[in-house]
Amino acid sequence: MIDSRQILNNKQIDIIITRLCHQLIENHQDFSNTVIVSLLPRGQQVANKIINKLEDVIGNKINCGELDISFYRDDLRRNTEPIVPHKMNMNVSVDNKQVVIIDDVLYTGRSVRSAIDALMPFGRPKSIELLVLIDRRLSRHLPIQPDYVGKVIDSIDSEKVIVSIDEDDKKDNIIILKS
Amino acid sequence: MMNDLSVDNLLGIKYLNLSDINLIFNTADNFKKIINQPIKKVPSLRDITIANLFFENSTRTKLSFEIAEKRLSADVINFSSAASSVKKGESLLDTVNNILAMKVDIVVMRHPNPGASVFLSRNIDARIINAGDGTHEHPTQALLDAYSIREKYGDIKSKKIVIVGDVLHSRVALSNIYCLKMLGAQVAVCGPSTLMPKYIKELGVRYFSKLKEALLWCDIANVLRIQLERQDVQLFPSLREYANVYGINLNILASLDKEITIMHPGPINRGVELTSDIADSSHSIILDQVENGVAIRMAVLYLLSNKIK
Repeated sequence: MIDSRQILNNKQIDIIITRLCHQLIENHQDFSNTVIVSLLPRGQQVANKIINKLEDVIGNKINCGELDISFYRDDLRRNTEPIVPHKMNMNVSVDNKQVVIIDDVLYTGRSVRSAIDALMPFGRPKSIELLVLIDRRLSRHLPIQPDYVGKVIDSIDSEKVIVSIDEDDKKDNIIILKS
Repeated sequence: MMNDLSVDNLLGIKYLNLSDINLIFNTADNFKKIINQPIKKVPSLRDITIANLFFENSTRTKLSFEIAEKRLSADVINFSSAASSVKKGESLLDTVNNILAMKVDIVVMRHPNPGASVFLSRNIDARIINAGDGTHEHPTQALLDAYSIREKYGDIKSKKIVIVGDVLHSRVALSNIYCLKMLGAQVAVCGPSTLMPKYIKELGVRYFSKLKEALLWCDIANVLRIQLERQDVQLFPSLREYANVYGINLNILASLDKEITIMHPGPINRGVELTSDIADSSHSIILDQVENGVAIRMAVLYLLSNKIK
């Protein structure tokens, strides 16, 4: 039987996004030397919300890109399902920039490891930070920790975290599936 | 969209379906971006070994495959029959099995005999990419040609493409016809009737005997090389006469009152099928074809690597 439980509703998500934006502003001020890089496919929606909110608050356009990590993953040919790349949009140099990587869920840390590799062809960043909406802190395979966290949850491997973030804020919702 | 190829080997376009071709094109879009980055390499195939077996001369296809393999971080070994034990009488299967004993995962093969790669796929346990088998098929060339048309026009459906020249001896023509028809294009061929296969119309293509009529009809002309090395008997009187009747030059293009795109799989016999002013003009997307060739071959290698058992 599949049992599902809501972790965050749309109002809570909105409060968290607002808080993350202010934490980012604390460290990046006007974002003139910062590039926000979302990980495809699911980091993109989270990043869009954050970028929209940031641009409203600081009044500047923010440099951003969407990174596909398929070719850098460490599980190529180990999955039964082939890994299909996503359309990348990285018309931005990260050379000497402060980069903030955004993803929806931090789980094993392997995607973030791949993302750091995938980022290097676009220049040598001054620094890289990590922002995630959900941190499944008990499931890490690699020594990778986020700098900005929406919510920390304790979950086991058989559980699944589903992040539904849409342009329509009212439908936003994060659930955990237990099987 | 399907996210896996329906085939384990790329032996010819006729074994693919439409969703395979679209998957290859979409994957190639990603690789095209990667080969235009400052760092043009990804680690996807770093645990894969690829043998390029060329039993027939090739410059561009071999280089294109080799660079695609290296950009994917594969280990590459090259073999050409001119400097090998094939000259001592070794059979194809023996040669390939010896190479596979060195733990090769993917074989890229060009061979003068039609069907050589199909034969190989039935007898060995490695993924095979046909890089040209005699006068039969050259699937990656057809894919990169169609991809280049898609890049320039956005879509291939209902575009009119004429293949000009030595269709009889051309594996590029056959693969192109299969590929473009599957993508919904209208295809015609044009050239001396002695250089047309007998049953060409059964493939659903039009035939033009006059170059001017063909060019007036088409949006794109894919011009083939006259393959002097494959002609046992003389099929047209002289190269000069061929160039006069079927050579594309500035005069004939200027007389059309419309823009057409010129493609050529290379190598060009300048002054025979194309004059230099056309080959180097803005009509020509010949060098785009070469660049897209690397992206297409990276996509094919990447997708077939998922099939390694």
